[in-house]
Amino acid sequence: MKRKIPVIITSLVGTVLILSVFFPPAERMGEDFSIFFDIIAVFAFFLGGGNLVRIHGNKIYKKARDWGFSAVTLAGFFLMLAAGLFKIANPGGIAADVTAQGSLFQMLYDWIFNPLGASMYALLAFYVASASYRAFRAKNKEATILLIAAFIILLGRTPLGVYATAWIPEQFSLMQIPNLAIWIMTAPNLAGQRAIMIGIALGVISMSLRLILGVERTYLGTDNE
Amino acid sequence: MNNLGLIISFLVIGAGLLWFLLRALQGKEVERRIIFVFIGLAVSVPILFSITFAEKASPIVKAVYDKIENLPDGSRVLISYDYGPSMAPEVEPMSNAFLRHSLAKGHKVYLMGLWATGQSIAATAIDSVVRREFPEKVYGVDFVNLGYKAGNQGVLNVIITDIRKMYLTDVGGIDLDSLPIMDGIKSLRNMNLLMSVGGGFPGIKEWIQFAGDPGHIPVAGGSAAVSAPLLYPYYPTQLLGLLGGIKGAAEYEAELKRHYPQFADTPQPGIKMMGPQTLAHLVIMAFIIIGNISFFVARRRRG
Repeated sequence: MKRKIPVIITSLVGTVLILSVFFPPAERMGEDFSIFFDIIAVFAFFLGGGNLVRIHGNKIYKKARDWGFSAVTLAGFFLMLAAGLFKIANPGGIAADVTAQGSLFQMLYDWIFNPLGASMYALLAFYVASASYRAFRAKNKEATILLIAAFIILLGRTPLGVYATAWIPEQFSLMQIPNLAIWIMTAPNLAGQRAIMIGIALGVISMSLRLILGVERTYLGTDNE
Repeated sequence: MNNLGLIISFLVIGAGLLWFLLRALQGKEVERRIIFVFIGLAVSVPILFSITFAEKASPIVKAVYDKIENLPDGSRVLISYDYGPSMAPEVEPMSNAFLRHSLAKGHKVYLMGLWATGQSIAATAIDSVVRREFPEKVYGVDFVNLGYKAGNQGVLNVIITDIRKMYLTDVGGIDLDSLPIMDGIKSLRNMNLLMSVGGGFPGIKEWIQFAGDPGHIPVAGGSAAVSAPLLYPYYPTQLLGLLGGIKGAAEYEAELKRHYPQFADTPQPGIKMMGPQTLAHLVIMAFIIIGNISFFVARRRRG
């Protein structure tokens, strides 16, 4: 029973959602199921928050390696949670928007979360440069093609690409670096992406059918869990 | 000052790269920390000297600009903030430019987010763009912030037929039916243009698949450079245009500045960031060349 009920729910919801696309009478049911999904998605936040507290709480309790980071994580989590739940310093009071300017939540977001997140992303520039230096080596034919494509795209994404090849006559404009970069994106890249997308779509269809028919049950976990 | 900065940048970085090129000819590799120093210089010097370049909108960017420009005044434009702080420096210039352009054209703007962080970003955009540059625009009449709802593409699946099944109030708890901007709006199908700014999941792809395609509503987007290649298969039929990375944002800002002189003095972070990006790209390319030279020299020595 523990396994049958989830399989029946999955089959029913999957079938109705497919039917709702093709048969107007089932459209309303499809909408209702979408709303159920959105409600369930809200509970994922509780689950995620609970899991975060459990894992980092355990680390702090056991004084595991780098437990200090866990303490910072939990402090940040509870501070943001309190600021959002109780709308601390919110100009409009408890009934107003949590993101109102001047509220503690929005201040923490603007002055701590935002710069920290941006700094983390900015570090990518350094790692991309280091990785490019090590990875882009013309070791064979394929790697050389990749290297040339990378060069064109890198130049094409800067104004220097325009300046460097502006002298090329209009009838050969495809050879101008920005146009070559666009061609790479809209021809070879497009063909590759479409092939991958079609492959993924076929995979999703077959996996969905397996789920709806109850053949695929790994999402339920094992009986031992 | 601009030219002097450019010359100093090239001299400092060029001399260093030349030194490592000579070392590469001896088959010597470059340490990771050296690359980090050069990238640091490449991104900081153009910011210090305010190095900017002239930008021209490419067709894929121009298509978005033209769409907003050619919509009749008072059209309904929805902007979805589908990103977080980590992606903000790259895509925020796009969302701000879309918002600025739409309001300048007199369109009605609906803000929302499929990412939880989108709600705060939309609030910041209202404060930094709408309140400062368009003080005459009235909340609830000219623009509204619908906020964030959990459910990813599930939210789109519902609001494509009925917005009020997900959003009974705006972000501040005001009944949607009491806002004039919501008059005649039943679902996303009543929008004239959907714009998603982001680069992850859920994002532009979900807007196309769950809103644009089923509702036959034009979709445009702004995406982080790393995600842009994944969206090209949808252009131009399902995605009318796309701003890819800082370059896309800079092109859009340049186009906006060209046609709307009143925005000449507004912040243009896209154009500003193209200086560091250009120099960083050049440094990366130089290191790729240096890496290949040292690789071939070392291989020849090994025989």
